[in-house]
Amino acid sequence: MGVEIKVEHLSKSFGKQLIWGDVTLTVPAGEICVMLGPSGTGKSVFLKTLIGLLKPDQGSILIEGTDIATCSEKDLYEIRKLFGVLFQDGAMFGSMNLYDNVAFPLREHTKKSESEIHEIVMEKMDLVGLLGAEDKLPGEISGGMRKRAGLARALVLDPEIVLFDEPDSGLDPVRTAFLNQLIVDLNAQIDATFLIVTHDINTARTVPDNIGLLYHRHLAMFGPREMLLSSEEPVVRQFLNAQRVGPIGMSEEKDADELAAEKDQELPPLPPIPLQLDPSNGMPRRSQRPPGEWCRENGVTPPPGSFNENMSMAVGG
Amino acid sequence: MSSITASRALAPVGTAGKLFAFGLDVMRGMFRRPFQMREFIQQAWFIASVTIIPTALVAIPFGAVIALQVGGLIKQFGAQSFTGSAAVLAVVREAGPIATSLLIAGAAGSAIAADLGARKIREELDAMMVLGIDPIQRLVVPRVLACMLVAFFLNGLVSVVGVSGGYVFNVVLQDGTPGSYIASFTALAQLPDLWQGMLKALVFGVIAAVVACYKGMNAAGGPKGVGDAVNESVVVTFMLLFIVNFVMSAIYFQLVPPKTG
Ligand SMILES: Nc1ncnc2c1ncn2[C@@H]1O[C@H](COP(=O)(O)OP(=O)(O)OP(=O)(O)O)[C@@H](O)[C@H]1O
Ligand SMILES: [Mg+2]
Repeated sequence: MGVEIKVEHLSKSFGKQLIWGDVTLTVPAGEICVMLGPSGTGKSVFLKTLIGLLKPDQGSILIEGTDIATCSEKDLYEIRKLFGVLFQDGAMFGSMNLYDNVAFPLREHTKKSESEIHEIVMEKMDLVGLLGAEDKLPGEISGGMRKRAGLARALVLDPEIVLFDEPDSGLDPVRTAFLNQLIVDLNAQIDATFLIVTHDINTARTVPDNIGLLYHRHLAMFGPREMLLSSEEPVVRQFLNAQRVGPIGMSEEKDADELAAEKDQELPPLPPIPLQLDPSNGMPRRSQRPPGEWCRENGVTPPPGSFNENMSMAVGG
Repeated sequence: MSSITASRALAPVGTAGKLFAFGLDVMRGMFRRPFQMREFIQQAWFIASVTIIPTALVAIPFGAVIALQVGGLIKQFGAQSFTGSAAVLAVVREAGPIATSLLIAGAAGSAIAADLGARKIREELDAMMVLGIDPIQRLVVPRVLACMLVAFFLNGLVSVVGVSGGYVFNVVLQDGTPGSYIASFTALAQLPDLWQGMLKALVFGVIAAVVACYKGMNAAGGPKGVGDAVNESVVVTFMLLFIVNFVMSAIYFQLVPPKTG
């Protein structure tokens, strides 16, 4: 069973530059969450703060009763064993080939024999479609392959919490579809808590149970998928539907003139909410909720055509 | 405004403090198990391979220059019988540790800073910490120990090559007598000279490696940051080594009175 992450009033700045302030959210145990936000809003910084690589200025991050923001170095190394993390650029060890990279956590933290390690490594390499590339050095493979190798390494210790920094950037659409399916299947299998940072709107709309949006140095919204997908809040609506009309401009924020010019423009209607991606065996995940439940419970009318099998944007499903 | 200048002025103090704290962390890491034997051997081998040949090549002219200077000076005093001894003193006490420090800082330190800096900006160090492994224990401690070991041997190498170089120079070019050069070794030089040279080499090894690792692990701002880190680590190490060399020599002369011929 996954582990809950409780973030309260978290703030982080570098020097005088505030990255985000007063972020409060709870990543529920065993659920898949997606964190969105325009480039440079500090999503990667947020993930690094969650694993204690960066110290927040204020606030707390509670995981199994330990506050990551204030705990000792020793506790930190202990708690990190719960995590599997994929960095934005894969962060493979350049001096080792892919096999040794993926085997590294096993060799460091377990007493498994080399043949057991071989079996696990090969299984994970197969999972991410990298069989046959074990002997390559990270410098010799494409960015997408490095990402997938990083994914294999993140999963090798069967983590309770999985943090992915843009698993799908630099992957082709087919690989992205497979990867999304992989995330959903993994969650169904190991019940770990997933927090994924992505720019891929299709992923954000179909994969997670919860969505968060970082914007303009704060957490604009965090909640169940259907809540954000049916939200009329301008920033959320603009971002989740990849529209130009709205408060977000090319340089983070639009200025007053640009906003005034847009004032009379008709907002395009909200697109229908797609069905959530099912695990490939067809059995719903433990944390998955029936389509439309949140909308019904909260008296929100979903956009017309929502939860229709045929319009499902889910690729590969 | 004044607070800005004050904070600017005090910045080096802060950096020195952080460097020192880093050094203490490394000390603590040395006693933590498991010891990274493989990394240690690889690093020792690597550092030795980048330093041995330049060291030997530097040591020969070093020994020759000293033989030349000392030989000339001593002739003016009419104390030719001390030529060998003076060369040994100069090489073993000062030239050995200094030449070693130049090569350890220039060749080994820059290589270490570049390696760790590249790992830092590729987020490898972050990834390592996230995998529950302390880079200080895993990467820094083996490098520091390897640097000490190699510095120790390099110092021995410089001493041997320097003294032999001086010998060849003295005997072949300055028409000195082979016997008196060797016989005079013990006239002024003494065994503690050798020990202090070795101790200096060990201390220099530690300083060079700690500075290089610190700079490398704190590289920031992409590939340019790595270049800066390498550059700074070499400059800082040089300055520290020359200061420490002076201090250690001064203390040595207080503790061990020079032998009178
Ligand atoms: N170590 C650091 N020191 C100073 N500033 C930093 C540091 N790391 C990140 N920043 C700043 O924090 C901001 C957020 O960076 P971050 O990498 O988290 O963005 P992001 O949301 O992940 O963007 P992207 O979607 O492009 O990956 C940037 O303005 C960056 O300049
Ligand atoms: Mg990022």
